[in-house]
Amino acid sequence: MNAPAEKIRFSRRMVVKGGALIVGFALTGRQTSVSAQGVAGASRRLDAREVDAFLAVNEDGSVTVYCGKVDLGQGLRIAIPQIAAEELGIGIERIRYIEGDTALTPNQGRTSGSTGIQRGGMQIRQAAATARKALVDLAAQRLNLKPEDLIATDGEVRPKAGGAGIGFASLLGDRQFNLKLDPNAPLKDPAGYTIVGKSLPRPDVAAKCLGTATYVHDFALPGMQHARVIRPPAIGATLVSVDEDSVKRLPGVKVVRINSFLAVVADDEWTAVRAARDLRAQWSEASVLPAQDKLVETLRTDPGITDQTIVTKGTPVSPQPQNIKTVAASYFWPMQSHASLGPSCAVADVRADEATVWTASQGTHDNRATFARFLGLPEDKVRLIYLEGSGCYGMNGHEDAAADAAILSQAVGRPVRVQWSRADEHGWDPKGPPQLLDIAGAVDADGRILDWRTEMWIPQTTKGLLNIPLLGPQAAGLDNIVGLNPGLISQNGDPPYAADHIQVVVHWLKEAPLRPAPLRSPGKPANCFAVESFTDELAAAAGIDPLEFRLRGLKNPRGIELVKRVATMMKWQTRPSPGADAKAAVARGRGMSYVHYKHSETFVAMGMEVAVERASGSIKVERVCCAHDCGQIINPDGVRAQIEGGILQTISRVLLEEVKFDRSHVLSVDWSSYPILRFSGVPKLEIDLVDRPNQPPFGAGEASCTAVGAALANAVYDATGVRLRTVPFTPERVRAALNSKAS
Amino acid sequence: MPSYDLRVNGSVRQVDSSDADKPLLYVLRGLGLMATKFGCGLGQCGACTVLADGAAVQSCQMTIADAQGKAITTLEGLGSASKPHPVQAAFIEHQVPQCGYCTSGMIMSAAALLSQKQKPSEDEIRSALEVNLCRCGSHIRVVNAVMAASGQRG
Repeated sequence: MNAPAEKIRFSRRMVVKGGALIVGFALTGRQTSVSAQGVAGASRRLDAREVDAFLAVNEDGSVTVYCGKVDLGQGLRIAIPQIAAEELGIGIERIRYIEGDTALTPNQGRTSGSTGIQRGGMQIRQAAATARKALVDLAAQRLNLKPEDLIATDGEVRPKAGGAGIGFASLLGDRQFNLKLDPNAPLKDPAGYTIVGKSLPRPDVAAKCLGTATYVHDFALPGMQHARVIRPPAIGATLVSVDEDSVKRLPGVKVVRINSFLAVVADDEWTAVRAARDLRAQWSEASVLPAQDKLVETLRTDPGITDQTIVTKGTPVSPQPQNIKTVAASYFWPMQSHASLGPSCAVADVRADEATVWTASQGTHDNRATFARFLGLPEDKVRLIYLEGSGCYGMNGHEDAAADAAILSQAVGRPVRVQWSRADEHGWDPKGPPQLLDIAGAVDADGRILDWRTEMWIPQTTKGLLNIPLLGPQAAGLDNIVGLNPGLISQNGDPPYAADHIQVVVHWLKEAPLRPAPLRSPGKPANCFAVESFTDELAAAAGIDPLEFRLRGLKNPRGIELVKRVATMMKWQTRPSPGADAKAAVARGRGMSYVHYKHSETFVAMGMEVAVERASGSIKVERVCCAHDCGQIINPDGVRAQIEGGILQTISRVLLEEVKFDRSHVLSVDWSSYPILRFSGVPKLEIDLVDRPNQPPFGAGEASCTAVGAALANAVYDATGVRLRTVPFTPERVRAALNSKAS
Repeated sequence: MPSYDLRVNGSVRQVDSSDADKPLLYVLRGLGLMATKFGCGLGQCGACTVLADGAAVQSCQMTIADAQGKAITTLEGLGSASKPHPVQAAFIEHQVPQCGYCTSGMIMSAAALLSQKQKPSEDEIRSALEVNLCRCGSHIRVVNAVMAASGQRG
């Protein structure tokens, strides 16, 4: 029943040649197929220092852009072609685009940390600028003109004075560029841009709305089988025995057991689901997790802590002047899940001498060596091909599912598709780690910050670890990487304001309760929540309006402009917090925050209006105003979409989300035990984009997230006079805080 | 093996299943109709929403036996590139999806709403879509698109 439909789908969308396959996007919004040669893709240059790794001029005059960064729904599929088309001088409709295929695209590093445009896109801009210079030089020879008298436009090089031009394909013939990326190749003046800066539609959107997009979940190979992996009931438990008879009544089910890796494989998906449900297995007991209600103490007293001072600025004022206020507070951000809407999925075809894996991984190149190791294959015989999955916001379960599929395909000798269940995803996706911060500070009556000391307790990233240990190889006892990788989670622990003395100390933890991984703007939502809440606490101690307080300490003109823009959007009334509404049954308040992401990238100022219902403790965010400066904007609508998503997702994280666990496993394994934002919780949202065409472009997917927690907490404080320092701000927690304030 | 006649996107499909409780979701995907997505299998997220006799249902919660006799419509059957349903056209125009995994279910829920009520209020739209989860945060565009699809806003 499955096979014919899958076959039709397969032949319609994809072409197979030499056992490998590529899905490309034409910018008409239609998915197209491109054939490739073999796993290694030997015909392509992949050295990211070379122009040919990124760009190929096709016979028909179109240009194929090869991008190592991938589109996870954040819009690189249009933004990168915009950059390339603009810099080359060709219409966007003549750009073809290939992404995230280890055999075809250069390694530009993982698609993470908002680096898609700011690093990946800028490499491609430089490649295009180098290529354009070369094409102009070629045309100069052919036309016997000086390069400066020529212009590359519409896919050809033509004399500025008028007259016939020569197309790129004709200029290049069957040659490649054979050039290194030239850091000195002149870039176009942004004043003349016609493609960059436009809100061109994303090419995948129509397919997603018409039902013709192929997600990794939808991808099929001839002869492919469907699998479910059975995870242990307790983290760290080992498999004692399996009763294969328990699934005997289901047709064609194979039970695969490799040490403690247990899976069922069937011809169709529903049979695999039933087999996974019915299979009886005995596991050892294990209880490796700390008690959740003691988590803060556990982090604080971890015996493996090493301390590091990561920021020291200025010197403490000595002796301390009279009439200063000192403030100290602790903030906590819990473990959170990526909570991807679709559980992770992957397809693998592992043969005796080569392997191809279709995965929604953000780091196909980064994972190649890992997969080669546990499969026992040479790295150049392993190919990972990106296919879009359900959105992930860092490293979710995509790579684990891909490893599961690869192990199983190797075991059964056929292509295998692994689909995680909802409980697998919520229970086993790598989590954003818990973060504990203590901040102490001193402020005078004029709002001068005399002292600021942040201490944070966070897990330490293992040096040089690109990925995370994968569940499948670990359970199967195969070669696996070891260590922790929560991402760069110690940044933005210091305020962006002038202070006489600033110090940030990290208490690095050797372990994390659950396997950590980067989760959207890793660490920074928590750090900025603490820093920007504490800024408000200092402002309140000094009796100064929180926006005015920030402007007094802020020196960066781009930051100052954004704070002022938010003041205008919010019609901000200058007065200290809390406001007059504190005793009302539904107390309303406003708050703000400001972040300079990593102190070097995107600027965000955010204002928020909230309503707090005292009786229930429920918080409704009613309005969000966000002023945003990410430098040069490539695609304004794409930037807006990222800001909208970042803000809504983080409101969800701040109000609702916390991974629950007992001593042996995760308890929050569905959408009722791990709720996320629904339509009823969505506020009005206004965005003010500042475009700076002559500045470098920075990412837009992460910075807005980091401003949410504090803007929300500060608004709640303004409304109620109660300071929330532990995320999520659940009604129970809010009620408790209101009651303790009242008593 | 028992056989079921299903009316899907206007044509009758005969499907064999030894399990009368097989969820419609897996039947549809087995037929190659991949727009309908598996999100939770628990009826909690709306990713698998299809129309059954015009009403929005979560296909992970409807069995093949229950689906028999009903007119089932999936995203593929709602409209096409040349003739998109107004909700599809508005979703494209408003560039709604990010990852897009929830989009199929969102569009089906919205289409069901508009077939019941031509010009719903924003609150009615939010209420009708409350069961549909989106993790990327496309909610505001969803509401704007449904308003536009019902001719209430460009």
